[in-house]
Amino acid sequence: MSRKASGLRAWALQRATAVYLGLFFIYLVGALAVAPPADAAAWQAWMSHPVMSIASLVFVLALLVHAWVGVRDIIIDYLWHTGVRMAALALVALVLAGSGLWALQTLVLARLA
Amino acid sequence: MTAASKRPIFLNLLEIRLPIGGVMSILHRVSGAVMFLAIPLMVYLLDLSLSGPEGFAAADALVHSWFGVLVVFALMWSLLHHLLAGIRYLLIDVHLGVEKPVFRQTAWAVTVAAPPLALILTGVVL
Repeated sequence: MSRKASGLRAWALQRATAVYLGLFFIYLVGALAVAPPADAAAWQAWMSHPVMSIASLVFVLALLVHAWVGVRDIIIDYLWHTGVRMAALALVALVLAGSGLWALQTLVLARLA
Repeated sequence: MTAASKRPIFLNLLEIRLPIGGVMSILHRVSGAVMFLAIPLMVYLLDLSLSGPEGFAAADALVHSWFGVLVVFALMWSLLHHLLAGIRYLLIDVHLGVEKPVFRQTAWAVTVAAPPLALILTGVVL
């Protein structure tokens, strides 16, 4: 994983995901500011709309990649001991994978509800 | 990293005088780390808010508690600083704003604009 996400590829991935994340956040904050969902039903309807559902899944994937590249850079800069570095990277990977699967489950369940 | 080095090392964070570009850059990193730490919390909130009327009300109450408002503000600042600094980096990638006066001005603009924008958007969203 780290070899694939190193150097130029990591640099390009970070920028491509950044553009998507930025556009999604501008839409999300804008929509919440202009027309906040009135109740649970409206919120569920919004989040389970096919376009929003797919866009959110892509967002989760882009966020995981972006966060992995960024946090990996921080860990490599500050943790020099190989064992400590590997443990930290493993923990980060675990948190990201767990969060991603949880978000996936939530989005799919909202779609089925 | 383990190779012996005679170069002086000066890492006292309280003594280092960072130029504004450096301040903006380290805040880009800090804001990214903050948002990474918030990912599980945000997924929990999403799950709770979509679990039905009771969960929606609970999530609503959480983000409107005094601590929730603080967290939302901190994350809104992180998002805005990270986004604005990120846009600046993308522009620099295509050689826009690389020269000295503009480079410093945009670094100031990002750093100064993020907190009040975060305050406004936190008020608007909550």
